[in-house]
Amino acid sequence: MKYILIVSICLLNNTLFSQSKKFTNAMKTNIESIDSSFNNAESLLKLANSFERIANAEKDQWLPYYYAALLQVNYGFRINDPNRMDEIADKAQSLINLADSIKPKNSEISTIKSMISICRLLVNPMQRYMKYGTESNKYLDEAISYDSSNPRPYLLKAQSVKNTPEQFGGGCGPAMPLITTAIEKFKNFKPESDINPNWGLEMADQLLNDCSK
Amino acid sequence: MTKLALTSFILLFVLTSTRLYSQTFISGTITDNKNKPLIGASISLKDSYDGAVSDSSGHFQFLTEETGTQTLEATLIGYSTYSNSINISGDSLKININVKELVTELKAVVLMAGTFEAGDQKKGAVLNAIDIVTTAGANGSVTGALNTLPGTQNVGESTGLFVRGGSAVESKIYFDGNLINNFYYSSLPGMASRGRFNPFLFKGTIFSTGGYSALYGQALSSALILESTDLPEKTEGNIAISVIGVGAGIQKLSKKKKSAWGITYNYTNLGLAFKVIKQKDDFFKAPENHTADANFRIKTKKGFIKYYGYFSTDKVGFRENDIDSAELKNAFSLKNVNTFQNITWKEFLGSGWRLQMGLSYSYNRDIINNKLQNDKNETQNIISPAIFSYKNYGLSSPSNYSQIRFVLEKKQKGLNAFRFGAEEFYSSEKYNYTSYDGGVYTKNPEEFLTAIFAEKDFYISNNLAVKAGLRAENSKLLNKWNLAERLSLAYKFEDNSQASFAFGTFYQNPEIENVSQPVEIGFAKATHYILQYQKSKGSTIFRTEAFYKKYNNLFKTANGGTDYVSNNGFGYARGIEIFYRNKGAMFKNIDYWVSYSFLDTKRDFLNFPFEFTPSFAAKHTASLVLKKFVLPIKTGFNASYTYSSGRPFYNITYSGGNSRLLEYGKTIDYHSLNFSMNYLPALGKKDSKTFGIWVLSVSNILGIKHIYGYNFSAYSGRKVAILPPSKTFVYLGYFMSFGIDRTEDVINNNL
Repeated sequence: MKYILIVSICLLNNTLFSQSKKFTNAMKTNIESIDSSFNNAESLLKLANSFERIANAEKDQWLPYYYAALLQVNYGFRINDPNRMDEIADKAQSLINLADSIKPKNSEISTIKSMISICRLLVNPMQRYMKYGTESNKYLDEAISYDSSNPRPYLLKAQSVKNTPEQFGGGCGPAMPLITTAIEKFKNFKPESDINPNWGLEMADQLLNDCSK
Repeated sequence: MTKLALTSFILLFVLTSTRLYSQTFISGTITDNKNKPLIGASISLKDSYDGAVSDSSGHFQFLTEETGTQTLEATLIGYSTYSNSINISGDSLKININVKELVTELKAVVLMAGTFEAGDQKKGAVLNAIDIVTTAGANGSVTGALNTLPGTQNVGESTGLFVRGGSAVESKIYFDGNLINNFYYSSLPGMASRGRFNPFLFKGTIFSTGGYSALYGQALSSALILESTDLPEKTEGNIAISVIGVGAGIQKLSKKKKSAWGITYNYTNLGLAFKVIKQKDDFFKAPENHTADANFRIKTKKGFIKYYGYFSTDKVGFRENDIDSAELKNAFSLKNVNTFQNITWKEFLGSGWRLQMGLSYSYNRDIINNKLQNDKNETQNIISPAIFSYKNYGLSSPSNYSQIRFVLEKKQKGLNAFRFGAEEFYSSEKYNYTSYDGGVYTKNPEEFLTAIFAEKDFYISNNLAVKAGLRAENSKLLNKWNLAERLSLAYKFEDNSQASFAFGTFYQNPEIENVSQPVEIGFAKATHYILQYQKSKGSTIFRTEAFYKKYNNLFKTANGGTDYVSNNGFGYARGIEIFYRNKGAMFKNIDYWVSYSFLDTKRDFLNFPFEFTPSFAAKHTASLVLKKFVLPIKTGFNASYTYSSGRPFYNITYSGGNSRLLEYGKTIDYHSLNFSMNYLPALGKKDSKTFGIWVLSVSNILGIKHIYGYNFSAYSGRKVAILPPSKTFVYLGYFMSFGIDRTEDVINNNL
C-alpha cells in the first residue's frame, strides 16, 4: 500500500514536473528566438502564434499571453500597413487583456498596452494623436506607478520623445535624460525568472548611440 | 534493495515517459470559400503547444507528440473559426481546411451613394472634423466647408444649403437625430446668414446630397446629420477674442471621467469691423448677438445621455435704397430670440439591441420692422401708389417646435442590422402683422407630424450590401399620409473600388406659414436615382456620381401672394459630380481636394409662370481647396477657390391672375479666392498651461465683383443687382484654451 502510494506520488510529481518543465522549456526556446525574428514580419507572426498556443494550453499563466501580445504588436509595427494595423491591435489587445485578468496591475502588461495604443496611433497619426498619444502616455505612467524599477516604460518614453518632431518638443535633447534613466534602470533590473520579460537594453543602447552622434 | 528497485523504477519511468510518444507529421492547406489560399492563419492542436502558421500558398505543417482524438483548430482575423476532431495514430495526416470570410466593418463595402461623411474614425469618411474649421472661406461655419463639396451651390444672397437643384427649405439639419428648425441666424433680405452652431460641437458629420436613410424625412433634397462629441479629453477653459467679438467657456470633466458639463458665452458685434470694411448698406444697427450654450454628457452603463441647450438674442438693422423710387430708402430691422434644447439617450440594451431616444424643443421669435424713409432717415407714410404703403410694416413671429423620437436597433449576424422607430413633430407658428395703417392681422398655423420608419441593412458578403427602408408620415394639417421607400446598394470590386446605387422617394410638408387658404394640398414629392463610383488608394479618394431627381407636387402660389394655391408644381434635376482628394503625407505635401458639379435643372413652382431653371442653380460649379501646415513656423495655410457659372434671374409680374415673365437673363460668372491661416505659437511647448491659436482669414481676397442676381421694381421694372454686403471680409481672431486639470490636482493634493 505504502509502496503504491509512493509510486503514485512519484508519478504525479513526475507528470507535474515534466509539465512545468515542458512549459518552461517551450517558453525559453521561444524567447530565445525573439531577437532573430524581429526583423521579419512572418517570423514575428509565427512566434506570436506559438506563444498564443502555449497560452491557450496553460490558461493560468500570464507570460505566454504577454509575449503573444508583445509579438503581435511588433508584427503590426513591422508590416506598417494602415489598413491592417487596427485589426492587429485588436488581436494584441485581446491577448494582453487575458494576461491582465491573470496578473492585474502589472507594470509589464501596462507597457504592452501603451505599445498597442501606439500601433493604433500609427494608422493615422495626425487624426489620432489626441486620443492614442494621450492613451499611450497614460499606460506608461501607469506602468511606472506599478513598478518604478521596470526600465521598459522609461525606454518607450525615451523612444517616443526621440521620435517626436523637435517642433513638438521632441528630439534627442529632451529624450536624453529619459534614455540615461532607462539604461540606469536596466543595469539594476533583475527579472523574476528566466522567462520573465527582460528585453530592451539593446534598444536603449541604440537610442543612446543615435543621440550621441 | 527495495529502495534501489524503486529508484530505478522511477528513473526508468521518467526516462521512458518522455520517449513513449512518437511524433506525427500534420500538414495541409487552408483556403477560403473561393478556394483562395490564406496566409497567416494560425493552426493548432487544442490544449497543446503544437501548431503552425500558414504560408503564402496557404500551406502549413508541424510535428506533434500528441496521440488519439485531438481537436485541430484554425483561426485567422476576418474568417470563421475552424474546429474539427482528428485522430492521431502516428501516420502522417494531410488536412485541408476551408474557412468562410466574415463580414466585418474593416472589409465590408460601405453604403454611401449620395453621402459625404466627415469623421475621424469612420470608414469612408472624405473629410475629418478639423477640415470643417480649416477650410478657407468656410468662416468656421459647419455648412461653409460643405459648400466646397460637389452637389452644393453658391447662393450668396440666400440663407441655407442648396443641394442639386433643390431650394434651401429642401435641406434639413439634424442634431443627434433631432431636427434643428433654425440652424441659421434669421435671414436678412439679400444676405446669407451664418449657421448658429460652433463646428467643434460635432465629432461626425454625414452630409447626404440625396438618397438618405428612412430614419429621416421631410427634406426633398438633402439631410445633414450632425453627431455631437462625447466626453472631452480633459477639463478645459477657453477664451476667444476677435475683430467681431469675445467669448469664454469651460468644459469640466468629472474626476471619474464618467460625465462632463460645460457652458460658453459669446458676444458678437460687427460694428467695429463694419467701420473698417465698408459695407454696401447703411447699417444703423450693426449685427450684434449674445449666445450662450450649456451642455452635460453622462456616460451610463452602456450608453450616453447628452444634453445641449442654446440661447441667443440677435439685433440688426440696415438701410438700402428703395427699389421702387430714386430718393427713398428702406430701413429693415430685426430682433431675434432663439433657443434650442436637445436631450438624447443612447443605450445598449443587451443581446444586440440598442435604443436611441431624443427630445427637443425650440423657440424662435423674429420681430421685423420695415420703414420707408427719406434721405434724412425720416419715416414716410406714402399711401399712393399702394406699392409704397406696404413698405411700412411690422411682423412678430414667435414659433414653438418640439420633437420626440425613438429608434430601436437590433444588430444581427455580421454587420446586418434592423432598426425601426417613430417620431412626432409639433410646430406652432404665430404671425402678427401690423400694416401701415395700424391694422393687425394674425395667424397661427399648427401642425402635428407623425412618422414611423423601419430599415434593414443586409450584408450578403463583404462585397455586396443592401439597405432597404420604409417611412410613413401623417400630417394633421394636410390630413394625409405618405409612404416613402428607400433603397441603397453597394458593390465592392476586386481592386477595392466600389459602386453604389441609391433610390428613394421623399416627401415634404408645405411651409405651414403659407397654408392659410382652405385649399386641398398634399405633400411635395421627390424621387432620387443616384449612381456612384468611388476609388480610394492610400491617401487619395476619387469619386464620381450621376443623379436624376424628379419633383412632383411642388407648391404653387398666385398673384404675387405667398399662400399656396395648389401643389401642381413639378420639375427635375440631373447632373454629374466629381470629387478628388489627396491628403498627402503628414506635413510633407499639400493636402487638397477638387470638386466639380454639372447641374441641369428646371422646375415650375411658387410663382413661376412655366418650367425654367431656378435662380439658385448654376450649371457648373467647381472648388479647389488647399491646405498646408508648415511645421517650422507652426502655421497652417489654407486657400480655396470657388467658381460658379452665371445663374439665371427673372422678373415675374402678374396680370389677369396669371404670372408672366417680363425679363430674364444670366448673372456674370462667380469667382472667389479665399485664404486663411492658423498660427499655433504654443505648439510643442511641453507643459505649456495654455494653448493659443491665431486665425486670420480673408474672403474674396482678389476683390472680384460678385453679382448674385437682380431685384426688379414691380413699379417701374428697374433692375438692381444683388451684391454682397462687402467685396472682401477680413477676420482676425485669437483663441486660447487652458487645461486646468493639473492646477486642480495640485490644489487637491495640498488639502
